[in-house]
Amino acid sequence: MNKHEVSSIIHVSHVSKSFQKGKKQPLKVIENINFEIKPGEIVALLGKSGCGKSTLLRIMAGLIEPSEGEVFYRGHKISEPVQGISMVFQSFALMPWLTVLQNVELGLEAQGISIHERRKRALRAIDTIGLDGFESAFPKELSGGMRQRVGFARALVVNPDILLMDEPFSALDVLTSENLRGDLLDLWYTKKTRLNGILLVTHDIDEAVEMADRIIIFHNNPGTIKAELAVDLPHPRHSQSKEFRQIVDKIYTLMTTRELGKGFAAARMQPRAIGLGYRLPDVQTSDLAGILETLNEPENKGRMDLPELSEKVFLDGDDLFPLTEVLEILNFARVSQGDITMTPEGITFANADMLERKKLFSKHILRYIPLAKHICDLLDQESKHSLSEEIFLKELEEYFTEQEAERVLTVMIGWGRYAELFAYDFNSGVLSLENPG
Amino acid sequence: MRLRKSVFATNYRHAYPNLWDIAALVVVLAIIVVLAIAAKQMSSPFDLGEPIAIHLSTLYLPDYALRTVMRMFIAMGVSLLITFIFGTWAAKSRHAERIIIPTVDILQSVPILGFLSISVPTFIGLFPKSMLGPECAAIFAIVTSQAWNMLLGFYQSLKMVPSDLKDASRLFHLNAWQRFWRVEVPMTIPSLLWNMMLSMSAGWFFVVASEAISVANQSIMLPGIGSYIAVAIEHSDMQAIFYAIAMMLGVIMLYDQLLFRPLMAWSEKFRTDLEPNDHMAESWVVDMFRQGKWFERIGYFLAILRDIVINIRLAPRRELSSNSVLKKSNKILFVLTWVCHVAIYLAIFMALGLLVKFIAQQTSLKEVFMVIGLGLVTAIKILVLIIICSVIWIPIGVWVGLRPKAAAIIQPIAQFFAAFPANLLYPIVVISIVHYHANITIWTAPLMILGTQWYILFNVIAGTTTLPKELLMAAKLFRVRGWLKWRAVILPVIFPYYITGAVAAAGGAWNASIVAEVFNWGGQTFHAIGLGAYISEMTRAGKPAQEALGIVVMCLLVVIINRLIWKPLYALAEERFHVE
Repeated sequence: MNKHEVSSIIHVSHVSKSFQKGKKQPLKVIENINFEIKPGEIVALLGKSGCGKSTLLRIMAGLIEPSEGEVFYRGHKISEPVQGISMVFQSFALMPWLTVLQNVELGLEAQGISIHERRKRALRAIDTIGLDGFESAFPKELSGGMRQRVGFARALVVNPDILLMDEPFSALDVLTSENLRGDLLDLWYTKKTRLNGILLVTHDIDEAVEMADRIIIFHNNPGTIKAELAVDLPHPRHSQSKEFRQIVDKIYTLMTTRELGKGFAAARMQPRAIGLGYRLPDVQTSDLAGILETLNEPENKGRMDLPELSEKVFLDGDDLFPLTEVLEILNFARVSQGDITMTPEGITFANADMLERKKLFSKHILRYIPLAKHICDLLDQESKHSLSEEIFLKELEEYFTEQEAERVLTVMIGWGRYAELFAYDFNSGVLSLENPG
Repeated sequence: MRLRKSVFATNYRHAYPNLWDIAALVVVLAIIVVLAIAAKQMSSPFDLGEPIAIHLSTLYLPDYALRTVMRMFIAMGVSLLITFIFGTWAAKSRHAERIIIPTVDILQSVPILGFLSISVPTFIGLFPKSMLGPECAAIFAIVTSQAWNMLLGFYQSLKMVPSDLKDASRLFHLNAWQRFWRVEVPMTIPSLLWNMMLSMSAGWFFVVASEAISVANQSIMLPGIGSYIAVAIEHSDMQAIFYAIAMMLGVIMLYDQLLFRPLMAWSEKFRTDLEPNDHMAESWVVDMFRQGKWFERIGYFLAILRDIVINIRLAPRRELSSNSVLKKSNKILFVLTWVCHVAIYLAIFMALGLLVKFIAQQTSLKEVFMVIGLGLVTAIKILVLIIICSVIWIPIGVWVGLRPKAAAIIQPIAQFFAAFPANLLYPIVVISIVHYHANITIWTAPLMILGTQWYILFNVIAGTTTLPKELLMAAKLFRVRGWLKWRAVILPVIFPYYITGAVAAAGGAWNASIVAEVFNWGGQTFHAIGLGAYISEMTRAGKPAQEALGIVVMCLLVVIINRLIWKPLYALAEERFHVE
């Protein structure tokens, strides 16, 4: 172990993870991840949902083994959960049958600490985290924010060296999460705990900018590190300040820029090409139409800043990016430098009535979504113009897990129904052509 | 109340039997036959010792009741042990799962009463000249009637432990023992308790039936309510019969108030849905425990005791495990698995051979067809009974379910009746049949469903209470009434619940047929036409091959009907009519 590695709390080195299912193609979730967390740092891992951030976090916690590469905690290789690393879960992961006190004591109990000692320490942690008076309550009696406080108390009572947080605020409402974030930063800066580092996994750009000293931006399919950026604004940070907004803007740009290599200029003019193995995001056609309508409003002139759009339509990055991605693929809009611009086709769509929209949409998905074309072609070849979904699921399982294949096909069926390309019978699971040609 | 639990463990996407199911079926049937052979050898030269005197005096009745209850609790303890061991094993090991789950699925649907005649001589052989033999046989019968659904429920909830909770328990370094008691068992408690209660309800029937049986022209009686009523029937003593029924009512009442309700109320805290629920189970016993100062003390000591048990150090703390050890053991595991598979296939092959040989040697093809015919007669009787009960109980259940206040009163009463062993009521019907010289085949049939029809009622009530209020309002708004309302609103919602109830009722009826199709009254024996009568007749006559044939046919019929009718219906209900 060289000096460099030991100077970090956690060192992630060339970590990849793929899930193998049967004899199918292994599904690569994250690929060749390298980074370090140094003492005294809050690092945020920022990325869209499903980009493998949580998988990486669980590898770092020693809960799953990486397929390749290694994770070192203070110079020692991690292969199972170690003392010193603690974690907070998105779903809180509290035992519903244990009281707040018993939940907080759980980690101490596992270490074999005597009942008196652990009660003392648990009560102190409960005190620190602001849960006084709730010791004997069951989690189900508490609000989401209070439940997550129990999660924090449980994680901190074992005196961790580093705290891993998996989307800890995303199940909470805006006010509660802001309040909890503030309290956590308070604990951190007043050094009330023995924490030496925090890793925050999040999809919320504002949250990352508010908390982190360093932001690592993830890119999906498979998850890789796309960019890294230091945030050196003083605390407390105000999300409406100019400097704050500038960083947010910069991140939007980083997150939506495609790596295009040399043919950048030419490629920008072309719609983004995808294959049959593309993971159609869970996107409703009505939402696509909604974004196009917003862009088409006179004051926007078909072009908007992404953070601005995000605020206007009340969608955060995690919900917005899939929509902009699909609009790009369908050649209804282009995204670059953190801006979204409508294409002429997009403008036509926004101005059209319902029937014309359906026609245009059907034309575009046939042209730009290979799966739609493929389904229509196969159905067309059949004498009855209908086929069982099982056939398509089998084909998709070449690329995805069973579950993911089902999801992708469900999204496709939704779009196909809207476009009136094909019909689907839920009971028999049969797809059929709407207008056999 | 959450009355509905999945009745089938295996995946619904493949509703038809797979290789493992068939394998399990063959192995189970073969074990029965082997036991039958062994039983025959043991029973003939065997001395049953002094006949145990059963007194009809009411003074003995409380003592008998106590003994019956004791048997019940010992059996429950054994069932729990089986549940913990095999349920955990199946949930943790993929290989064990593939054998255990289909086997249990089959065991759950076979008629247990048919095995009594086999198990009794076996246990007497194990403990010669001692009461322990018949006692164990009775307890064994109860265990086989209650362990399976508990095991399946436990296994299913173990499989449903959220991965986040598993991650958290690993992250905070809980060892396997701590994890079992802190995470896994609590997770399963609502389902486990519910299944225990169902098992107890069913168990009363079997404890009564298994206390007094006749094998190979000898009758064995254990002191208990079941024997008491059997002797009463022999002596045509009406008064004693009524005393026994009253005693049993009292016992069930106490069991309901002191055990069932407190446990249900206590289990509320183990529900994983993190929302406070509107309808909490309540119990005055639990309230008493929670309020009493004295009980608080006891509770405190219990908590310390529990703490010691859960946190006991079984082994020194594990150091970081190295990967090489893991890989090596994987290799050994692979070889072991392979060996196991070969052994299983061999076992299946041999079992199949044995089964065919044994039955073919001692019976004729004609007899086989006759037995299948008898089986179909019983099947038709059960089908007709289920239809009649459905026609009666569905409207009543829906009526009650739509009125929460009525449901709160009726539901516990239905549960109470479900627990009451219907076989205690048989003599009353029998007396009427003898008195009016009625057709035995037709009039004994209702006895089969007497104890299990309640499952239909309370499942329909439970289903109706889940009917969303908005749906009812929408129906009212659009003036959906009469048959249309039933067809479009009510029936689809209660359908999955009804199916669950009907499966339970039919399963219970098959079992009951063995005791319901034959009866004695005052030294005279009456037979109805049916497979149940055939099995008990052959048992009494000491003809193991015929008896085995009867049981095998019954098992096959039950399993086939389950797989071909109930399971697809259930899968359909789950997929189509599931209301979130």
